[in-house]
Amino acid sequence: MSAAEVRPAAPELRRFITPEGVDLRLRIGTGGERAAAFVLDVVFLVTALIVFSICAAFAIGGLNAAVGGQSKESLGSAMLIVWLLGAFALRNGYFVMFELTPRAATPGKRIMGLRVAARDGGRLTAESVFARNALREIEFFLPLSFILASGVGAVDPIGGWLVLLGLLWTGGFALFPLFNRDRLRIGDFVAGTWVVKSPRERLGIDLLDAQGAAASAGYAFTPDQAGAYGIKELHVLEDVLRRKDKKTLGAVADRIRAKIGWRPREGETDAAFLAAYYGALRARLETQLLFGRRRKDKFDLG
Amino acid sequence: MKDLQLKSQRFRAEREWDWRRLDGLLSRVEGRSAASLSDEELLAIPVLYRSALSSLSVARATSLDHSLIDYLESLSTRAYFFVYGTRAGLRQRLARFFVETWPNAVRGLWRETLASLAITVAAALVGYILVINDPSWYGGLIPGALAEGRDPTATTAFLRKILYDSGGKNELAILAAYLFSHNAQIAIFAFALGFAFCLPTAFLLAENGLTLGALFALYASRGLGFQLGGWIFIHGVTELFAIILGGAAGFRIGWRVAFPGDRSRVDAAAEAGRSAAPVIAGVVLMLVVAGLLEGFARQLITSDLIRYAIAISTLIIWTGYFYLPRRRLGAAR
Repeated sequence: MSAAEVRPAAPELRRFITPEGVDLRLRIGTGGERAAAFVLDVVFLVTALIVFSICAAFAIGGLNAAVGGQSKESLGSAMLIVWLLGAFALRNGYFVMFELTPRAATPGKRIMGLRVAARDGGRLTAESVFARNALREIEFFLPLSFILASGVGAVDPIGGWLVLLGLLWTGGFALFPLFNRDRLRIGDFVAGTWVVKSPRERLGIDLLDAQGAAASAGYAFTPDQAGAYGIKELHVLEDVLRRKDKKTLGAVADRIRAKIGWRPREGETDAAFLAAYYGALRARLETQLLFGRRRKDKFDLG
Repeated sequence: MKDLQLKSQRFRAEREWDWRRLDGLLSRVEGRSAASLSDEELLAIPVLYRSALSSLSVARATSLDHSLIDYLESLSTRAYFFVYGTRAGLRQRLARFFVETWPNAVRGLWRETLASLAITVAAALVGYILVINDPSWYGGLIPGALAEGRDPTATTAFLRKILYDSGGKNELAILAAYLFSHNAQIAIFAFALGFAFCLPTAFLLAENGLTLGALFALYASRGLGFQLGGWIFIHGVTELFAIILGGAAGFRIGWRVAFPGDRSRVDAAAEAGRSAAPVIAGVVLMLVVAGLLEGFARQLITSDLIRYAIAISTLIIWTGYFYLPRRRLGAAR
């Protein structure tokens, strides 16, 4: 029963001390989550741009039909202006506006459960949001322009080499997050921000409330039996009980029975046995905790 | 009945109601906005947040219910982001930006501003001297597409016509919108490029200056230098100022990343980014003004003197707004 399989160790946890002095242990958004969020945002952005353009085109058509003749041209140019300014506002405003809301996340980030936060634990200021998104210009649009230019560069060899060099140079900007521990992109680096998981855990039932009282009625474990494991094993057991997978329950129950030398009683189910044992183990470990002893795992005999 | 036998169970039972209340309030805030809460509820959040934090500390020390600790961590984090998040109203923030943040940020960049001004002026001089001595440089400095027929082979009459031609009214508005979005994108670009240790920003500024100098040399060689000045500076004062500020903001970042001094490179970059960002936000606004002046005022006003008058007054307005000493808002508050 290895804990690593059920609850993976978390290298992406970071100390984050609130002004009240409590460590919130934030989880850094992984490179994959960040990339997925960005792809989603680009899809939304492009979709919005296309819808916006179609609407503009239809508006021109509809209005043209309505007024006809003389003012046709001025309407067309008015829509062109709206389109030019709208496209500019979308490209530069989309990320900034969404990250300035209380959620501090674009729709893509929301879907991936991410949010932007100031690295120093302070407020996320408008300056930071603006700076981190202005830098997108060299992280995304500059490499993109080199990629688009590569079609042109193919014609003459010198241009091709230049484009390749440019792509290598700017590719470094785009891949910046992969080369640091906190997955900071250049914008985060310059703005003093990072992107963290914004978890929404539901408060599950206390396992002891659910099954404890009724199920553990007939179970009596000796102190040796109740003290066979440590905190790490307790947490694995908790996960197993919450998941309620029959096969795992059976396997775990067998292992524990063998370890503590427990003889199954008449009509004893695996789930009931494990729930009762969980209660006994937790009671014992928490009592030790109150006396200042935190038993890490079953090998920790202190 | 061994009901609530453990201390951790009792602990949870006693406080669970508070947690769920905080959870509910936060969900409403996150779903809509802080305005959906009554004053009483709004005031309750910080109190509930601190009690959740203390619950978290206690739970970490005494409870071995992992899901409970996970829940409290996530609840405290959500509450933390609300309690310490941005909440000033938009109008308040805007007012603060114009009165305090923007001019202060621009003043803070005075060294970088001087540097980008020097680069632009030097490049313009170089461009001017090169073209005035040998017109064949012109084609090398200004790409054909940008020149739009304004090259050494053009007739003087054609060059003059460009200066005073006012196109159709519709085209002016399109021109203004196009010029704005194009220039603003370049200014943001100059800022972002600063990260690559200033050099690309300097290059961008120099290119801008060279183009200007070459254009002046072309017109000056036909005796139209004064007229071109009016045509360019009516909007150019605002636009060049904006681009120089954009370059200055880029320099600040590149310089601090390259030479962080006694701070860590990460801290220095973050500080530079925050101090330069308001400048860029302001630069975009300046370019709106420049776009309007270029698209409308320049095409509709054909008198050289009035053009110069507008150019000089925009210069006075911008420098006065940014650099005149003023009472600190903090002192009055």
